Amino acid sequence: MGISRREFLKRTATIAGTTLLGSSAIAHAYEKGGPSIFSTGNTANRKNWKIWVERKEARVPPPEEPYTVLVDTTKCIGCRRCEWACNEWNKNPNRPIKEFEASVHQEKSVFDKVRRTHAGEFTVVNRYISSKDGKPIYVKKQCMHCEEPGCLSSCFVDSFKKTPEGSVLHNPAVCIGCRYCMIACPFDIPAYEYYEALNPQVTKCTMCYDRITEGGVPACVEICTAEALRFGKMSELINLAHERIRNNPGKYVDHVYGEHEVGGTSWLYLSSVPFDEIGLRTDIGKTPIPKTSKGFLFAVKMFEIVGAWPLVFGAYYAISKARKKVKASHETSVQKGEGHGEKH
Amino acid sequence: MAKSTNTWFREKILLGMTPRDYIISNFNVPNLIAAIFLSAGVGVMIYRLLFGLGPTTNLSDNYPWGLWIGFDILVGIALAAPGLTLGTAVHLFGMKEYHHFARPAILSSLLGYVFAIYALMFDLGRYYRVPYLIGGSWGFTSILFLIGWHFFLYTIICLIEWSPALFEWLNLRKLREFFTKMAVWATIFGVIIAGGHQSALGGLYLVAPAKLHPLWYSTLLPVFFLLSAVFAGISMVIVEGTITHRVFRRQLKHFDPAEYDSRTIGLGMAAASALFIYFILKIFDIAHYNNWAYLNTPYGYWYLVEILGFVLLPALLFTSAVRNRNAKLVRFTGFLTAFGVILNRLNVCIIAYNWYLPTSQKYYPLWSEVALSLGVVTIIVLFYRFIVNRMAILYEHPEYESAH
Repeated sequence: MGISRREFLKRTATIAGTTLLGSSAIAHAYEKGGPSIFSTGNTANRKNWKIWVERKEARVPPPEEPYTVLVDTTKCIGCRRCEWACNEWNKNPNRPIKEFEASVHQEKSVFDKVRRTHAGEFTVVNRYISSKDGKPIYVKKQCMHCEEPGCLSSCFVDSFKKTPEGSVLHNPAVCIGCRYCMIACPFDIPAYEYYEALNPQVTKCTMCYDRITEGGVPACVEICTAEALRFGKMSELINLAHERIRNNPGKYVDHVYGEHEVGGTSWLYLSSVPFDEIGLRTDIGKTPIPKTSKGFLFAVKMFEIVGAWPLVFGAYYAISKARKKVKASHETSVQKGEGHGEKH
Repeated sequence: MAKSTNTWFREKILLGMTPRDYIISNFNVPNLIAAIFLSAGVGVMIYRLLFGLGPTTNLSDNYPWGLWIGFDILVGIALAAPGLTLGTAVHLFGMKEYHHFARPAILSSLLGYVFAIYALMFDLGRYYRVPYLIGGSWGFTSILFLIGWHFFLYTIICLIEWSPALFEWLNLRKLREFFTKMAVWATIFGVIIAGGHQSALGGLYLVAPAKLHPLWYSTLLPVFFLLSAVFAGISMVIVEGTITHRVFRRQLKHFDPAEYDSRTIGLGMAAASALFIYFILKIFDIAHYNNWAYLNTPYGYWYLVEILGFVLLPALLFTSAVRNRNAKLVRFTGFLTAFGVILNRLNVCIIAYNWYLPTSQKYYPLWSEVALSLGVVTIIVLFYRFIVNRMAILYEHPEYESAH
């Protein structure tokens, strides 16, 4: 890590403290979320994009099948080691692993609030209370790596890529920082370095593209000892998910979240209670996000390329006709010996 | 040489006054207020450039777009539609009787677009990369890409439409002739381009079906934005006309109040038609998605305020005013309609967005966001006044025959 969290906070505070808004801005930011929203200078996205470009140029053949991670929320114990491992691997601000593991036993813990991803946090674990037995359910949240990503289609400088391995990658080198991807994402994943003045980036989980292309598994999957996370080929994991539902009657809701949501995602979830009770939205539909704007874009292009021409020529015709008329009336008025009394 | 430039500067920029007199003449209350807004706005701009969006705004990962997109872009561009509506009516449909309105309308469109883009630079994280959009990395599947290009093209179009006034002021006869001819073509392309991006601004939210409240979300969003831009444009012509005719009265030597009132009423009629079509489509929209149940919720009441108070009411008022030839009521309703469009854009961008979040997590603008937006509005007003005081915008240049 380039700078420690302590030093980072100190530096931020010094910068902000020298200004009028200073202390209130920091307090305000803390209200908005933890210190991870202050994170700047992310390198993981840039690094992974570079790997993708290198692989493309080297014409590395794509895998037979895209990779997938299956999250079995009934198995998660809420140790948050995946968060720690993610921060560690992606060089995000981190704390000792003990602090992460302690949350599950603390009376007052990070679990009290439902969290989301931030600039320095690609994944978070949230706690929900089961409507079935009142026990806690821990749900990991990260980029779902959609088959047809909304972020990709919404980006006006084409800075996203869905790789054949399954990862959705972001290229900070062309990003202008409009944050439209954050509007388009149905899972609220892309985050933004709001506290970077000159070079703020959009940051997101890469499904550890740099690990899976080397034959490894994502950092979060590797560290998970509860077997809540499983990495593998897409078809195998979809089969496994349905198998688990079949073999454990009554344990799971009969639905694999992510199999069809917004056109399918590369992360799949199993749950014992309806998915909207554990923070996974069920109202997002099966239509891929890019499809919602496709029809309109087509209509505009058709209008501007095909429909516009009759308009242009029609107008030209009308104008030239009007001009001739003025000329003609001018000539007749001259013939009659009257002045040209044109008025507007 | 130095002396001649000096005279030119005095005549063209200082309105024929000496620098001393000019500065003294500008000491007055409106300018003082403008100076306060301006310095607050510029202060926030500098602060934003130095410290980033985090300390300057209330934006968060849940609310990536706030007041600067909602007001400066969505509202700003809708209210900058006068050039579209009036330019089309005069240049394309040949409604020459409205040509007195055309130049002010085009000027306000030009300023609206230029400064909307200027304000956008403070919202974009890496504003210095904007050229990437024009040449470099193209995201063809993005509606924002379409908007970016259309803004770029439309600003050029507005510049061409406005340039005859500039060349009259600079006394460049040949260039003025050339650009007057170009202006007609620019208007034709302008209709296509402006129609495209006004609707695309609504289209932006098509990708967020799960985030925008069902009453505001619709596949017809682009149509709603285009239609409301039409009546926003017309009502802004009425609003601007009302203000400019009061403030710049001395410029209007051949001013005919009866003629002006009858034109205003004509504009009211056009706005009423657009408002009625919009209202009917909105009702169809609720019926199509079967959203009636949502009307009886807090968001539903707010929706009704917007749709009854700022669409149906102005439509009825315009109709009544046109029937009774009441120009005063048309002017009042113009203000009401413009306000309604502001409300609609802010509803879509801020209030109906992430509607399911509890109130404590909802976005509200920080004072600095408001200050920057007000600062930009002040800049627009000052530029408008600067140009109207110097160029033939409200009247016809005595040395040039009418271009119409």
